[in-house]
Amino acid sequence: MSVVEIEGLKKSYRVYQKNEGLLASVKGLFHRTYKEVEAVKGIDLKVEQGEFVAFLGPNGAGKTTTLKLLSGVIHPSGGTARVMGYVPWKREHAYRRRFALVMGQKNQLWWDLPAQESFRLHQQIYRIDAKDFDRTRDELTELLQVRALLGRPVRELSLGERMKMELIAALLHSPEVLFLDEPTIGLDVVAQHNIQQFLRHYQEVRQITILLTSHYMKDVAALCRRAVIIAQGQIMYDGSLAGIVDRFSGHKVVTLAFADDEAPDLSHFGTVVESHTPKIKLRVDRPKVAEMLATVLRDHVVSDVSVEDPPLEEVIADMFQSAEASLATNKS
Amino acid sequence: MTAVVADLASRCAVWWTILRICIEERLVYRGDFALGTLMRFLPIITQTFLWTAVFVGAGGPSTIGGYSRDEFIAYYLLTYVARAFSSMPGLASSIAAQVRSGEIKKYLVQPIDLLTFLFLSRMAHKLVYYAVATAPFALVFYLCRGYFEGWPDAPTLAAFVLSLLMSFLLGFFLEATLGMIGFWFLEVSSLLFVYMLFNFFFSGHMFPLTILSEPWRTIVLYQPLQYLAYFPAAVFLGKVQGPALVEGLIGQAAWTLAFVIAARTAMYYGVRRYSAFGG
Repeated sequence: MSVVEIEGLKKSYRVYQKNEGLLASVKGLFHRTYKEVEAVKGIDLKVEQGEFVAFLGPNGAGKTTTLKLLSGVIHPSGGTARVMGYVPWKREHAYRRRFALVMGQKNQLWWDLPAQESFRLHQQIYRIDAKDFDRTRDELTELLQVRALLGRPVRELSLGERMKMELIAALLHSPEVLFLDEPTIGLDVVAQHNIQQFLRHYQEVRQITILLTSHYMKDVAALCRRAVIIAQGQIMYDGSLAGIVDRFSGHKVVTLAFADDEAPDLSHFGTVVESHTPKIKLRVDRPKVAEMLATVLRDHVVSDVSVEDPPLEEVIADMFQSAEASLATNKS
Repeated sequence: MTAVVADLASRCAVWWTILRICIEERLVYRGDFALGTLMRFLPIITQTFLWTAVFVGAGGPSTIGGYSRDEFIAYYLLTYVARAFSSMPGLASSIAAQVRSGEIKKYLVQPIDLLTFLFLSRMAHKLVYYAVATAPFALVFYLCRGYFEGWPDAPTLAAFVLSLLMSFLLGFFLEATLGMIGFWFLEVSSLLFVYMLFNFFFSGHMFPLTILSEPWRTIVLYQPLQYLAYFPAAVFLGKVQGPALVEGLIGQAAWTLAFVIAARTAMYYGVRRYSAFGG
């Protein structure tokens, strides 16, 4: 049985539509127009035990809404979902003791008290055995290198330190399923890297199931093999990360360095992205790459050449744009 | 049976930890807290002067609504004690603010009852407040001892303590219910303003409710706000006795139960309606 099973899950909100200006505000006192916004439009998904799945999508795509539904914070408008056999929005204590939700933009720790006080409270709330609690806390604080900060008020920690403490609080009760909503948002590259390393290690050792939303492709590439792409509340892709590039990118990025400081015009092979003599980078349709390379190598002296897939961010950004354009066309 | 005891022990451990941490949090900003606590005593002085002026100035009446000048001031001091139990500053507005900002979801994902948590948190606030305010309260009452006819008898004192404890419960669940309305309207400050206005007059905070003329007197003695200030003070002064006292305590218990149910119901439907605003 899958750990997460979602069928036809929907969530719509009724949003007040306010026009600009004072007159519209006054009119709004007597008559309001509402719009039904479908944040999640009937998605189907299965996640197996031990998977680390990335939820990708532009802002407002429905990623966080899906995590909120799965953590039982909100009720759906339709469809079903089960996590470890539980219906999340029934919010049974038995379920809440087996998962954790970490939101990068929300603080769950007691702001004015040291994190160790919040941890102690979690021990009681989640009914963690004293020995297990001490062991897990020590292990996590060692792994994240924050032991010396346990006694410092949370408000005096840096953003990166705070996120580490948030993760520890979320993992103290050894959840079997972890929902991570942009856990590295706003962190510097070092802090991002530390959190990534920790999550990868923890997931490998514990084999827990993790659903991650992130706008940082480095997070995703470092941690997840499977990616689910959501746009406008619908799943556009569900498969391997590598498969995204294969499926959604019709071109390769070819970089050539010429030996004699020449800069030949290659625009008939594709789109020139960068040109700094004697180096040129261009985007070439996949079927044309072989022909292009053969021609260039025959006609010019080339000192270096590389053929790469386009960056994942670029492919996904193109994909989001085309998905939104096609949905806009369908609406009109 | 053993499982039930174990479960209860575990719950008590959770409650104690929440209480302890809430107390610790309350003590962080000690300067602000101490100043806020002490400043609340200032109105006592102004009210004492006011009612003295009403009674003795320009040959005023000997009693108003059955209260002499001394009883009036004693009443006013006792409503301060009652309000130290029943007032819940910031409770409703903080619930609504947490709903609006989305902060409330941290309580929704943890295996804990939100209302129990808020209750323990408020209890911690009150305990710290009493710890700091007991000495100033004792001093004020000592200085004003001349306004009192002495201690009431033991049953009256017991009824007074019971009414104070129930006023705490009633005040908490009443404000929690108002806060839960935030699940529907997000912003409840205007509603709270109206509530505070009604509370100010109809809780008996400003004057004994029995000085009102009919039919207002009968009407206000049927509404729940009277139990937040008027009723405990009137019990201590012996203004409510015998069957009326029992009836009053039953009425207070009934209103408390009604607001426990109202707060629970509002939370149940509110959480179902909740859309987790704020990302």
